[in-house]
Amino acid sequence: MLDFPRWKVVSIWLTIIALVALAIPSLIPQRITDSWGFNPPRINLGLDLAGGSYLLLEADVKEVAANRIEAMREQVQTEMRRQKPRIEIGDISTRGGRLSFLLRDPSQVDAARERLLAITGGGVGLTGQREWDLQVVDTSRIVLTPTQAGLTQAVDTAMGDATEVVRRRIDELGTREPTIVRQGSNRIVVQVPGLQNPQALKDLLGKTAKLEFKLVDESASPQQLASGQAPAGSQILPYPTNPAGIPVIAVKRSAILTGDQLTDARQEFSQQTNEPQVAITFDSQGGRKFARVTTENVNKPFAIILDNQVISAPNINEPIIGGRAQISGSFTTESANALAIALRSGKLPVTLKVVEESTVGPDLGAESIRAGTLASAVAVALVVAFMLVTYGRFGVYSNLAVIINVFVIVGVLALIGGTLTLPGIAGFVLTIGTAVDNNVLINERIREERRRGRSVIQSVELGYTEASRTIFEANITHAISGIIMFLLGSGPVKGFAVVLLIGIASSVFTAVLFTRMLTAQWLRRNKPKTITI
Amino acid sequence: MKLLKLVPDDTNIDFVRLRGWAFGLTLLLSVLAIGITFTKGLNFGVDFEGGLMIEERFASPPDLDKLRQVVGAQGLGEASIQQFGDAKTLTIRLPVQQGADEGATNAAVKKVETAVAQAFPGATFSRYSTISGKVSGELIRNGILAVVLSVLGIGLFAIVRFEWQFGVSTIAAIVHDLIMTLGFFALTQFEFDLNIVAAVLTIIGYSINDKIVIDDRIRENMRRYRKMDMREIVNLSVNETLPRTVMTTVTILLALGALLFLGGHVLRGFTAAMILGIVVGTYSSIYVSSSLLISLGLRANPAPTAPGRGGIENAERIGPRGE
Repeated sequence: MLDFPRWKVVSIWLTIIALVALAIPSLIPQRITDSWGFNPPRINLGLDLAGGSYLLLEADVKEVAANRIEAMREQVQTEMRRQKPRIEIGDISTRGGRLSFLLRDPSQVDAARERLLAITGGGVGLTGQREWDLQVVDTSRIVLTPTQAGLTQAVDTAMGDATEVVRRRIDELGTREPTIVRQGSNRIVVQVPGLQNPQALKDLLGKTAKLEFKLVDESASPQQLASGQAPAGSQILPYPTNPAGIPVIAVKRSAILTGDQLTDARQEFSQQTNEPQVAITFDSQGGRKFARVTTENVNKPFAIILDNQVISAPNINEPIIGGRAQISGSFTTESANALAIALRSGKLPVTLKVVEESTVGPDLGAESIRAGTLASAVAVALVVAFMLVTYGRFGVYSNLAVIINVFVIVGVLALIGGTLTLPGIAGFVLTIGTAVDNNVLINERIREERRRGRSVIQSVELGYTEASRTIFEANITHAISGIIMFLLGSGPVKGFAVVLLIGIASSVFTAVLFTRMLTAQWLRRNKPKTITI
Repeated sequence: MKLLKLVPDDTNIDFVRLRGWAFGLTLLLSVLAIGITFTKGLNFGVDFEGGLMIEERFASPPDLDKLRQVVGAQGLGEASIQQFGDAKTLTIRLPVQQGADEGATNAAVKKVETAVAQAFPGATFSRYSTISGKVSGELIRNGILAVVLSVLGIGLFAIVRFEWQFGVSTIAAIVHDLIMTLGFFALTQFEFDLNIVAAVLTIIGYSINDKIVIDDRIRENMRRYRKMDMREIVNLSVNETLPRTVMTTVTILLALGALLFLGGHVLRGFTAAMILGIVVGTYSSIYVSSSLLISLGLRANPAPTAPGRGGIENAERIGPRGE
């Protein structure tokens, strides 16, 4: 047990040196490491220490499902019309979370089924489950029901896209080092250090930014507008700033263009009125289509619709052929800028709601760091002094282990890109306390064996063997609760668990290997007849 | 050099003889703790209740009644105002805002901030958080799940590594620690938030750690002194590990004491919970889990278990080696 071959000694020292070296960049100010020419791993400070905003966004799964059925409805309609022979369908309903429609000619059931199988997709994932269930009811009614697997995949895709859009929008704000992570099936965590007023951010993320251009249906009667019953092929949308006085307007269902066909959007000022507006540029295909439709519909109004609300309905005075257009409405410079950013970054496939939010001011964060550092330093000093007066030389070895532990925790945390939170500092202080426990177990065992009259070598050897078993068992149980905390905890609890787990691992390593090595080398060199412990 | 020994070498306290009294005391305290928890209830933090929490720092200790009036005048529901740390730092809690979208909560935060800044010049906000009722429900569920799984996981480990009596007595002791901690939070009305769940889990982890050390020694002594009475074995084991128990408790309390006094007001509840847990955990190691082993009928010479796992069978055979 006290035999330490050279390779073992060398590898223990190398491990320690490497881990301590990893800790160094986190312990010196950033402006010094910046001049090194490379980016060493550093500990990230959590928002409770750095100050900043945390938002938990949640997507409405029901909305994803509804959008998906709506999209399927459009797809079915085109598919039935596109191929020859045309299949006439009617009585389309999307109620009850499924799509159902009637075939005018029941003899076309098989043909319809074939076309539907092609567009409702093959299997999902490895299990090969279908995305939609297809049923024929009463020989002429077809019902498409989304399967759970298909829906799960749709939510997953939508969330993936939404995370990307959120990232682009936040990047546009120019904040430093935001963290944007998906959480669970339908949530996104956004953390922006240093951000003090998350209002702008929330305004930006709250917008779906689904932009559509549609022709206004001028045939709608005032009665229809009032009752909300649109003529066939049209829909009634809210239009709060309608100069006609009523806050709604009827527009054609099919869009001329959507925001997907944009290449750019900028905030600018109108040359006539000097009011803020948003200038948009279409891609070449969208530009051509816009030119064609505006040529065909000169002197008719079209509606610019954002998130299912009409923001303006200008008249087409002349064909718009340059592939550029302006959106004007009652914008402020900020709101026009926010809209431009939202349009540039693409539309969110699903609406996101803020379900949890917290913001920490920079003063509180700085104070917490100061207090945490001071408390840690005092804790280490007290523990070191106490160990020294209790165990003498063995206390010195234990203290070396404790101090190495401090560096190892910082180093590993930096290496895995962990985040130090306020509870993390508490975990840190607690780990200093428990790291000592392993050494206490060993030292007390050596004392005991000496009291039983064993020789120095025997006592030390037995002390380490016996205590190692106890250390192993005690730390495994401790780690079990740490792992559970890590898996189930959120935010601060997770930060605490990470520090705790690293601390457990490193304290076991330093106690059973490092201090044993130091003790063994000292015993071999000095061959003491008696030891003070 | 004369070294410090907190526990004299020949300490031999008859812990087992006192266990009747200890059981009574434990029972009484547990009943009291449960009673307080149910009658007074826990002061749940905003993480668990949902709602809005704003922390404000004032230039000088504000008049609480005036502040309550100012906040109450905003029509945002019943506000609870609490001192947090020193007299100049206060938290204002408001219920979940109607409308439930971000607009409503934001408007509420703004309203309170503006009104407070107007009425109390020099007041600045330090932090705020809002949590919807749904998320807070999940946090509670996950918190309880984490505690239950920890207890079960560790109990299972104790059963696998030791005899079943160790598992049962350990779980009983942990439940005792939990009850005491909850009672403490109900009594002091410290805010019980997500961080406290971390503290509770740590208390569980530490307390188990402590029990395993003593259990390990009991098992070792059971094999070494096969003829000895179980009471004597428990007494011997507790006394033998007493220096370690005291040493470790003192070092951890030193570290936590530094955190309590110097670590800032945000962590104070957390640290207080931990300190209490360490004390309670140490007590329950001796008087709940170890003493319970006797009552559960653990025998000194049990049926032979799978050999070689602990390595203790070899203990007496180790001799000097090397140089």
